[in-house]
Amino acid sequence: MKTLNLDRYMELTDQHKANCKLYSYYIDSLTLPSKIKTLADLPFLPVRAFKEFDLLSVAETEVFKVMLSSGTTGKQSKIYLDKHTAKQQSKGLTDSFKEYFGSGRFPMLIIDSENTARGRTARTAAVNGFSLYGKKRCFALDSNMELKLQEVQDFIKKHEGQKIFIFGFTFMLYQYLIQPLKNSGIKLDLSNSFILHGGGWKKLVNLNVSDNNFKSMLKEYTGCGAVHNYYGMIEQTGSISFECERGHIHAPSNGDVLIRNFQTFDVNKYGEEGIIQVCSTIQESYPGHSLLTEDIGVLYPASKCACGRKGDILVIKGRLQSAEIRGCSDAV
Amino acid sequence: MTNLEKYDSVFIDVLEIEQSDLTDSLEYQSIDTWDSVAHMALIAELEDLFDISLEMDDVIDFGSYKTGIKTLEKYDVKF
Repeated sequence: MKTLNLDRYMELTDQHKANCKLYSYYIDSLTLPSKIKTLADLPFLPVRAFKEFDLLSVAETEVFKVMLSSGTTGKQSKIYLDKHTAKQQSKGLTDSFKEYFGSGRFPMLIIDSENTARGRTARTAAVNGFSLYGKKRCFALDSNMELKLQEVQDFIKKHEGQKIFIFGFTFMLYQYLIQPLKNSGIKLDLSNSFILHGGGWKKLVNLNVSDNNFKSMLKEYTGCGAVHNYYGMIEQTGSISFECERGHIHAPSNGDVLIRNFQTFDVNKYGEEGIIQVCSTIQESYPGHSLLTEDIGVLYPASKCACGRKGDILVIKGRLQSAEIRGCSDAV
Repeated sequence: MTNLEKYDSVFIDVLEIEQSDLTDSLEYQSIDTWDSVAHMALIAELEDLFDISLEMDDVIDFGSYKTGIKTLEKYDVKF
């Protein structure tokens, strides 16, 4: 584990305690080890807290943007960004992106509608966040979520021979790209390109579409074999875990991922399923640097993957059923 | 048209503002029309017009009308 990150997390904990009253009440209510020696000792905040409370560590006048979670199940999270944190998130994301896809900017095909880019939801954040790596953007869907096939084909033709960056939410790619192509029997030529997708995988699990199915369908209908998933959330947009070319999702270098036991909340060993905790070195305007998510996963050491990246390997297993981190044994 | 005039015209067109709005205080998100979508459009227009390609870090750092000139100078656009 990276001690450098740990020092930064501790600094952020102190900073948020000093500047966010609710967070300091929360930290004071916990039984914490007298001295934080490892990542496991670091206090974490259940991600749900952002749904229930307005958590900010800067004056309201400093708030530059409020991001909202997609909120398919009830209340939405509210994430308060000041200029500094917003910029650091962009920079953090850029550093990770470069590690996987190089420092170029690519023609970008977004499997979503332009309206999405104008909202302030998680999908907006993802589309706009990743647009930094796009040069010319083409939104593949109209406002009714219909595939604009002609426009997409023209875009591909125009950028023939170039690597195109295709981005979308997992479910959007399945429903609004693969399905219409399948139904119309049309195949695109994106063999030279790469696909980045994330979020909304829950819906695919419900449809019984596995990651492998998903990849082979993309290969069949778009010709694209470089398909990368990512794991991230609006509460920590600067620290995203990307899937490498060998098919493993690695924790980012500006963050850490831990797995906690469902009952005891102790940190699990490698290979043991539990609740995912994510840490990030970035968040200054809201106490989001150490969060217990509502997702289930398993970690494996980075050395298990030959790609050479240092972040632990994360396998996502699902989501806590009635996700409310209180009596987790009841929830799983 | 000088490069400065070209630069100004992109801001005026993309952000739907007037010449008089082009001041040192014009920053990303300081006006409603300079949102994240417009930001990408602005960058794309500037890249086309000056036939350059900005690095990711420069897209992020492109925070104001004033500092944008410095960014473009790095790509040998003379003002």
